Amino acid sequence: MAQTTKVFGESVLRKEDDRFLTGRGNFVADMLPPGTVFAKFVRSPYAHARIGSINTAKARRLPGVLDVLTAQDLKDQVGDIITAWAIPNANLKTPAYPPLAREVVRYAGEAVAVVVAESPFIAENALDLVEVEYDSLPVVTDVETATKKGGAPIHGDAPDNVAFKWTLAGGDVDKAFKEADVVVSQRFVNQRLQPTAMEPRAAIAQFEPGTRELTLHVTSQNPFVHRLVLSIVLKYPEHLIHVIAPDVGGGFGSKIPVYPWEAIVCHLAMRLGRPVKWVEDRMENYVATTHGRDHVQYVDLAAKKDGTILGIRARVLANLGAYLSTAAPGIPTILFGFMVGGCYAIQAGRVEVTGVFTNTTPVDAYRGAGRPEALFLLERIVDILARKLKKDPADIRRKNFIPADKFPYATAMGLTYDSGNYAGTLEKALDKVGYEKLRKEQAEGRRKGKLMGIGLSTYVEICGLGPSAVVTSTGFAGGLWGASTVRLHPTGKATVYTGGHPHGQGEETTFAQIVGEELGLPVVDVDVVHGDTKLTPYGQGTYGSRTTAVEGGSIALSARKVKDKARKIAAHLLEAREEDLEFTDGKFVVKGSPKAAKTIQEIAWAAYMAGNMPKGVEPVLDATTFYDPTNFVFPFGCHICVVDVDRETGQVKIRRYVAVDDVGNQINPMIVEGQVHGGVLQGLAQAMLEQSVYDENGNLLTNSLIEYLVPTALEAPRIETDSTVTPSPHNPLGVKGVGETGTIASSQAYVNAVCDAVGVDHIDMPITPEKVWRVLQKK
Amino acid sequence: MATKRKKASPKRKSVRPENGGHMITVAVNGRKFTRAVEPRVLLVDFIRDDLRLTGTHVGCDTSHCGACTVLLDGRAVKSCTMLAVQADGREITTIEGLSEHGRLHPIQEAFKAHHGLQCGFCTPGVVLAALELLRVENAPSEDRIRTAISGNICRCTGYQGIVDSVAAAGEMMRPRKG
Repeated sequence: MAQTTKVFGESVLRKEDDRFLTGRGNFVADMLPPGTVFAKFVRSPYAHARIGSINTAKARRLPGVLDVLTAQDLKDQVGDIITAWAIPNANLKTPAYPPLAREVVRYAGEAVAVVVAESPFIAENALDLVEVEYDSLPVVTDVETATKKGGAPIHGDAPDNVAFKWTLAGGDVDKAFKEADVVVSQRFVNQRLQPTAMEPRAAIAQFEPGTRELTLHVTSQNPFVHRLVLSIVLKYPEHLIHVIAPDVGGGFGSKIPVYPWEAIVCHLAMRLGRPVKWVEDRMENYVATTHGRDHVQYVDLAAKKDGTILGIRARVLANLGAYLSTAAPGIPTILFGFMVGGCYAIQAGRVEVTGVFTNTTPVDAYRGAGRPEALFLLERIVDILARKLKKDPADIRRKNFIPADKFPYATAMGLTYDSGNYAGTLEKALDKVGYEKLRKEQAEGRRKGKLMGIGLSTYVEICGLGPSAVVTSTGFAGGLWGASTVRLHPTGKATVYTGGHPHGQGEETTFAQIVGEELGLPVVDVDVVHGDTKLTPYGQGTYGSRTTAVEGGSIALSARKVKDKARKIAAHLLEAREEDLEFTDGKFVVKGSPKAAKTIQEIAWAAYMAGNMPKGVEPVLDATTFYDPTNFVFPFGCHICVVDVDRETGQVKIRRYVAVDDVGNQINPMIVEGQVHGGVLQGLAQAMLEQSVYDENGNLLTNSLIEYLVPTALEAPRIETDSTVTPSPHNPLGVKGVGETGTIASSQAYVNAVCDAVGVDHIDMPITPEKVWRVLQKK
Repeated sequence: MATKRKKASPKRKSVRPENGGHMITVAVNGRKFTRAVEPRVLLVDFIRDDLRLTGTHVGCDTSHCGACTVLLDGRAVKSCTMLAVQADGREITTIEGLSEHGRLHPIQEAFKAHHGLQCGFCTPGVVLAALELLRVENAPSEDRIRTAISGNICRCTGYQGIVDSVAAAGEMMRPRKG
């Protein structure tokens, strides 16, 4: 029976859903190997202190406690944690990042000791029995205080608390500002956020003395990165380390880094010969899992009277926290600076970023990672310019867009945007929201004292990380190619082994769709395997919206290789010439003789039996591809937020939220839409609610979901989505990326709307009713 | 300025269940379990660690995330807010108890059909919270749905797929006329 195999571009329901909906997902915390013991960490209540003595004797005496270790015990056993992004030409300081604090603690929540016990309760009780003496030191949590002269140094080798100074410039910036009719300037605070993946991090390490194999189940977005870094940190051979990231309950960047406690759990398993399990609680997650954003930005924009933008300057202080986490130096530099020109044909730009150490939790990638910080400052300063020139924010954008016929486009900042039609998404979004009508309503309402605002955000972002030659030239310690094996089994079912690590993004389905489309297989016959260093080819994992473009591209190429081989076998079996065969609906058919055909399943069988193969063709039907893209991909779009503001209370209500995105070809529109919904809400959460707050002693006040305001269904607006399709010209599927677009676009759409409603240049995020009310009182 | 800090040592016995365990009997997903539990064990830990039903998740320690939601005598409760001993003699439905004979419950079907989940971690709790609503109200408004799941945090979906899934499930669960 003919089966429809047109699956690319269809909203196929997700293959992964059934196991989650029936409670049969397999998360790290769900596992309990026989003989498991439990690790817990003693964490510093001080943000900056010299450690006096640590007395573990009482804890050791508690029945059920197996081991208590401090930094002293880890010496020569667990090495310092390494950063994987050594950005060049920035005088980067990389002070020691010890697995357990040595002599000094540098943020509240830093681990000082680890306890292992027969049960989690005993371990928890034992934490209280570890006596630590601290001599407190001066604390600094914000970047401006930290970099003031005479500020308290956090690391001996960075006396001014400066981790790096990084500059990117393109075009003649000084000339642009000299020739400007108007310059607008603004200070922006892009506040610190806590990623809050719903699954806290967890790890279980097991050691097999017979084979000397170390197995780590861990909440990771990139198990091969974990294996590589752990082999360095533990000085243990990489091929004897087996890392498995099973189902992972969200990451948003916070499960990219390799954390000290993961290495310590491995060490403990080898030391004790028992499986060692560690699961963080939410409070631990908030103090000891990486945070995101945290910039103070000084931005200037130079323009002509007619609204033509000539140049942009940004001076940025980026808070890195107490230590350099895995990708930390690259986030506020490489992933930020190159994008400050956004969708506009700006001929000159300069970005100066100072990375700053503070007594806070280390900062690393968080959904969007650098790009939200760039697009926020740009889209805000463009609105401030429009306000200054009394121009419609839509017009000023139209005037400055890179025209659709200029792609590929080389930007002043040094990138080549692959393809785009920025005016296309803007006009579609304006049309969808009914822009002209809304502006009329706004003008009429204002006369009656009603405050309604319309916020535009046009964005382009860099993702699909990325071409290895480019990313390694930025100091990143890893090629970012994609890896896949597509294997047909004798019965014609297929397994895809991918180097990506989907953890919510739906690639168990979309990757099956790619193979289904290429080989004419039903999606149900294609299984996607990921997250296990013993099963898949060496893979880079999932982050930076890279997986579909890069890993998906690799899968398409592997599937095409399989098809090429299948064609040879089919031609042999059908006694026809290869060029006389057509491939439709999963079978090779001799042109003009529809009965002379071989299905892909029949060919798979023949390839495994291998008794009748064409000369020179190896048995088995599979192929492996390591695909290194030639460029990044650049999705883009326009989001519009419409808000009503209550003049009396400062309360903001979102009336409409329209998102028109162009992510290239869409494999599964349902999944694309879901990514947009989630991404938009995370960006809105930053604009409306979320902010990490430290007190003057460096205690994180927002250390639970009581204080850290993650939006619920009641705060979430309904999002109206639409799209245009401008394929990426340089990858096999014409796809871009969608995981981060919503987050990159939405914060500024909201802030622009609120500022438009109340008639003010800027309000820093999160925009609380109080901040709005205060602005209104001044009017 | 030196701050010295020492912690007192709480006197606690070993936590093995045989030392001070209480016998409880709970019916979980229609099956009775009798177990000795320590008085301090939370219901969620009992479900996960003792019964090894790991579909019920732990996402916070302040009863805010809702990942641990189960039905207790038909009402949605956060199983981290009660002790296992308090569930003695009562009926519990966890996510594992919704599908019968390998067939998904309509609410599970609806979540799949309307992309109501992404990473799947919050999903069991959200599904059970929504099910409580749909058992008393089979055509809830969007506001009612949003309120019913407002004790469950999802970081992936922006809630839109969830809200649409619950509305669709209500429709599927509505008794057919004639």
